[in-house]
Amino acid sequence: MITSVIKEKKNSKGMQDKIKQNSIKLESENVGVFYGHKKVLQNVTMRIQANTVTALIGPSGCGKSTYLRLFNRMNDYIDNFRKEGDVIIDGNEIYKKGIEIEELRKTVGMVFQKPNPFPKSIYENVAYGLRIQGINKKSALDEIVEKSIKQAALWDEVKDDLKKNALTLSGGQQQRLCIARTLAVQPSVILMDEPASALDPISTARIEDLIYELKQNYTILIVTHNMQQAGRVSDHTGFFYLGELVEFGDTRQIFTNPKSEKTESYISGRFG
Amino acid sequence: MNNAAKNKLKDNLLKYFGILCTLSGLIALAIFIIDILMDGLQRLDWEFITSLPSRFPEKAGILTAWTGTVWVFCLTALIAIPIGVAAGVYLEEYNKKGALANLLEINIANLAGVPSIIYGILGLEIFVRILNLGGSLLAGSFTLALLILPIIIVATREAIRTVPKTIKEASFALGATKWQTISRQVLPASASGIITGVILALSRAVGETAPLIVIGALAYVPFVAKTPMDEFTILPIQIFNWVSRPQHGFIINAAAAIIVLLGFVFIMNGVAVYIRNKAQRKGQ
Repeated sequence: MITSVIKEKKNSKGMQDKIKQNSIKLESENVGVFYGHKKVLQNVTMRIQANTVTALIGPSGCGKSTYLRLFNRMNDYIDNFRKEGDVIIDGNEIYKKGIEIEELRKTVGMVFQKPNPFPKSIYENVAYGLRIQGINKKSALDEIVEKSIKQAALWDEVKDDLKKNALTLSGGQQQRLCIARTLAVQPSVILMDEPASALDPISTARIEDLIYELKQNYTILIVTHNMQQAGRVSDHTGFFYLGELVEFGDTRQIFTNPKSEKTESYISGRFG
Repeated sequence: MNNAAKNKLKDNLLKYFGILCTLSGLIALAIFIIDILMDGLQRLDWEFITSLPSRFPEKAGILTAWTGTVWVFCLTALIAIPIGVAAGVYLEEYNKKGALANLLEINIANLAGVPSIIYGILGLEIFVRILNLGGSLLAGSFTLALLILPIIIVATREAIRTVPKTIKEASFALGATKWQTISRQVLPASASGIITGVILALSRAVGETAPLIVIGALAYVPFVAKTPMDEFTILPIQIFNWVSRPQHGFIINAAAAIIVLLGFVFIMNGVAVYIRNKAQRKGQ
């Protein structure tokens, strides 16, 4: 009798773990970040479901980019960076000892604010992430490069000149190339730091369509200044203000019926 | 004369003064080169280049001197480039910023300003005596390598600093290690700057005389060096030796040797400028 209860408990815990794994991809537990003595983030707790798009919004300097960069440990390069609390991906705390940063970044890709292709050919840009893993076989590279560029909706524009220098592409094409480059490594999470802020409206629309497509296979976290964009592409939205997560919830709820007054005045454009 | 006219006059005066200043350097160089060419060209022929030194000016050649210069050039490059570039990469990419880094930085900048004769004395003590290399090509090359290391280090750091941070971030974000990022992104992107700096440093090394005289490079070496352990002479020492001779024939020889040395240095500087321009065009 007792054993069966324990067994049941174990089972249900196993089930829960499974459900958790299936739904929660990224978590942060009371996360705070310091640059030296300056606290730039505090007490951020967030759970992000797999295969969703989560937008992080808020005025400049509110900590949303810092929060984003916690998930692939890009803040590690900042002098005097220190964090408290837990940052968890797939149930693992990613700042604990023994975590290989390089391995982590193969799971968590990133697209930056300004398109930053390498000064190499289009092909080599996409192949880079594979070459550094030691994959140099031409047939394997050809296949993944083509697949990734197609996924990034750039194939038709560049298929005839993959040898061309990536810097000759337009800004919007460069950004899609950067997305292709990220996809080639086959991450499960993609972090986007204002990926369309340097682009014209047409390129922006293409990137947004792409984000919508990618949601099927990836968990996407996107920082944006543009609230209409957050409204268009995201399922959930988190509003940051002065280093704190003020409100986090369904995008529709945040935009139509925010719980916090701060959120409401930011969304309605009263500040920021 | 009203004020506007006065100002205009001042403006023009300054302009012509500026042109004069600019030209003064060029004119001096032009006079020097014409003078050297007039003296030396008559002597400059294949025989001069392929002859060993001699007591008789009309028989003496620069074979040992220019082969010595080529030896020194290659050995110095071989020693100084890897060390200098590696040190520059370390200082720029690995070294933590702080008091120690600042101290290192100031010291390297100071080293670049130390007179070359001091390096000669250092080389004499360390390479010739303690390491027992004697007045060999190797000792001379080590000494010159020390001399140009600070220049290469500074050039490497400056070149690396021009590589945009966004490129490094992109590489890291794709899972590259630090070394992969440096070797596959940072160094290729800064290569032209590094190469330009290295060539200018080497062209300075090739023209150095004092430190090599101190470590015991000889003016009269009757054979062509075959190994790095051989004694040697170089073009500047040969020139220095010839101009101090009383016979007019040797003065002519010196002029001819100067033409060869200048040609060598000009070609190297030209290559450096070409590489830099090419890189700038690529950047645009």
